[in-house]
Amino acid sequence: MSVALVKEKYSSKVGEVVLGATAEQGGTRTHTITVGGDSALPFLHFEGETKNRPVIAMEVTDVVPSWNDLIKNQIGDVINNPAAWAKKCVDDFGADLIYLKLDGANPEGENRSPEDCARIVKEVLAAVGVPLVVEGCDNAEKNNEIMAVIAEAAAGENLLIGIAEQDNYKSIAAAAMVHKHTLIARSPLDINICKQLNILIHEMGLPLNKIVIDPTVAGLGFGIEYVYSIMERARLGALANDKMLSMPIICTVGYEANRCKEAYATVAEFPGWGDLEDRGVLWEAVTASGVLQVGASILVMRNPAAVALVQKNIADLMGK
Amino acid sequence: MALTGLEIYKQLPKKNCGECGVPTCLAFAMALASGKAALDSCPYVTEAARENLDSAAAPPIKAIKFGKDSVLGDETVLFRHDKTFYHPTTLLIHVSDSLSDDELNAKIQEIKGLEFERVGLQYSIDGVAVVQESGDAARYAKVAATVAEATDKSLLLLSNDVVALKAALEPLASRKPLIGSATADNYEAVVNLAKDNSVPVIIKAEGLEALEELVTKAQALGYKEFVLDPGSRTTVNTLENLTQFRRLAIKKKFRPFGFPVITFTSNQDPMEEIMEATVYVAKYASAVVLKTSKKAHLLPLMTLRQNIYTDPQKPIQVEPKLHSVGNVDENSPFYITTNFSLTYYSVEGEVETSKIPSYILPIDTDGTSVLTAYAAGKFEPEKIVEAMNASGIADKVKHRNIIIPGYVAVISGKLSELSGWKVVVGPRESSGIVSFSKTLS
Ligand code: B12
Ligand code: SF4
Repeated sequence: MSVALVKEKYSSKVGEVVLGATAEQGGTRTHTITVGGDSALPFLHFEGETKNRPVIAMEVTDVVPSWNDLIKNQIGDVINNPAAWAKKCVDDFGADLIYLKLDGANPEGENRSPEDCARIVKEVLAAVGVPLVVEGCDNAEKNNEIMAVIAEAAAGENLLIGIAEQDNYKSIAAAAMVHKHTLIARSPLDINICKQLNILIHEMGLPLNKIVIDPTVAGLGFGIEYVYSIMERARLGALANDKMLSMPIICTVGYEANRCKEAYATVAEFPGWGDLEDRGVLWEAVTASGVLQVGASILVMRNPAAVALVQKNIADLMGK
Repeated sequence: MALTGLEIYKQLPKKNCGECGVPTCLAFAMALASGKAALDSCPYVTEAARENLDSAAAPPIKAIKFGKDSVLGDETVLFRHDKTFYHPTTLLIHVSDSLSDDELNAKIQEIKGLEFERVGLQYSIDGVAVVQESGDAARYAKVAATVAEATDKSLLLLSNDVVALKAALEPLASRKPLIGSATADNYEAVVNLAKDNSVPVIIKAEGLEALEELVTKAQALGYKEFVLDPGSRTTVNTLENLTQFRRLAIKKKFRPFGFPVITFTSNQDPMEEIMEATVYVAKYASAVVLKTSKKAHLLPLMTLRQNIYTDPQKPIQVEPKLHSVGNVDENSPFYITTNFSLTYYSVEGEVETSKIPSYILPIDTDGTSVLTAYAAGKFEPEKIVEAMNASGIADKVKHRNIIIPGYVAVISGKLSELSGWKVVVGPRESSGIVSFSKTLS
């Protein structure tokens, strides 16, 4: 008897989304990045194509973040200059994309004006050639204000902007549509809400290939198992031709992983957990690995050492 | 996997004589399918039918037990959302017999330290893979004995030399180690060695075709306590093989691959090695042999394993009753949280670190986190007040302060109105509790 391999035949694949725009396309990026397009479960090259390898967007914030020193020290002095920081991520750490988080817009913090935010976006665009992901702060109302201005100021750049949520998607979806950007649609760990939101955004007129989904993730040890199964179901749905689930997925891995105590508590506090240096890096990298196995296309990450590990893991999985 | 009544019926004699206690063969088949009857009650089933039914009813992946409570295999689904994964990947640390005695002792000590506690759960490393690399059979037996002496964890004995393997195994057979590997060249000797000592054995060949052939030959020796190794040593090939084994066993009931699978990492850098191992843990490996044994490396991997192997149907919960931390008295602070084990223990750990004896009342939210519960209407002020009344907290403390999680600050007004207690909004993350507790007086 010989072994008849089981190769699944799927009726569809994950949609492809292009991020960024070059000069010919109306933007200023040196190149675009395409995500999605997989026609099988992640990295199963024997039955389908992983057309575009997963990419890493490194997180840059407009105010100096309160991240732990092991991360901040790797970033160095540029941490108070978003443009220089972004450049370092691309040049030194090999980031595929920059994820710019405008925490400074928060009315409870710096309360930065929309124009100020737009200026920072432009500075970062000028500093790097890679496409940009731009998200606002923790205040939905303020985000609508700043995103409208940013979308216009960066018209044609095909930014990936976020976030659209079930009870707050119209204004940002409109901004994406009018100024030709791509949109992040976030749902709270719920397949039905995820689909529903995609339908609503699509009904407004945004094409499906201009949407990336954020299913909401959790850190290692803090609920990642729920994320894992929801993403796995979404990927199976996409392959089974559920068009409203077939967008590429973005995961805010760095944010979630570094909220976990294991990523920042020192060995003095928890002697049983081993040295923080490697533990902190792995906490973020293993969170990333978990979501990679269930179909993440864009990983938003913080710790440069974790980024290096995940780049190697992706290369291993691509068979390179 | 359970058979349906109809599948069973096809194998029955169809006499409808009623001797089994139910009037017809079909009724008997139904009773068998639901586990309410035993095949022995029918005096007329043929030997062939009995064998067919037994083998069809056997689990798609055989459970292989070895060492100290290690169970490999016995999985029934491809995706955890289909039901659950049952037997967490067994993690074994590679120990070479070419280490010096000092290095060996240091490694053993490090391995023994791989016990962790986080959020109310205990994780510990499962075992040691004693690998012959020295070429010296006596040395190998000695190292195996030293490891066995030093720890009661599960053992894997791995050598290409049958003589060395035998010498190491025989004195340790009562520990029921897993041994390996039986290859095309030596399988008769190695499988018979396993059989004679009643221990499971790894069957190894390069690639699935060769492995299928070897498993079939090995089974012909009258033994089937097997663990499979397809010889792949790169991440991407191993992922492919693991996926094929699982699919063939579960979707096709392909018997030669109805066994658990063991994997070996190949990345040399320990952090890259952990990343490689995460892939195998997530995707179907029953065992992984690793080289690194640093706490900082194993904790993330073992946490992922714990997460992947929890039952998606029922979150781990704590009892929703009043808990006390330390020597509480009438002045002790009173915290509320949810009965999701992860949430509760995140809070309990910090309260403990604060060194202030305190009460914690987890509200029954069906085991959901603070915000999930709040969003689902399971963390309502009414419910909290009810739980407070039931807990008798009012008689236990003389103050009237409730500390609530920072993420649900919005419920404070209503909660204070309904309870008549003062509501103190705590920090959002539990890690803020220690410094927050210093502001209480
Ligand atoms: C995993 C998860 C789920 C899992 C449930 C897991 C579980 N057992 O709870 C599932 C998939 C089932 C789920 C479902 C839903 N979820 Co949900 N989920 C999450 C997720 C990813 C992680 C939650 C988690 O486990 N956190 C870890 C635990 C330990 O955190 P915690 O309980 O908050 O505890 C921390 C603090 O609060 C603090 N703390 C706790 N107690 C106390 C007490 C005191 C006194 C103090 C001081 C501190 C303190 O300590 C802990 C550590 O810091 C979050 C998003 C995220 N990344 O955080 C969304 C999230 C909580 N979910 C959300 C929603 C909306 C839902 C749904 C309602 C969606 C829907 N309509 O289907 C459903 C509800 C399901 C239901 N009917 O029960 C929203 C809540 C929005 C809001 N602000 O209210 C979130 C924030 C996602 C989002 N961004 O939109 N979810
Ligand atoms: S005893 Fe056997 S043959 Fe008779 S009815 Fe029962 S199942 Fe059928």
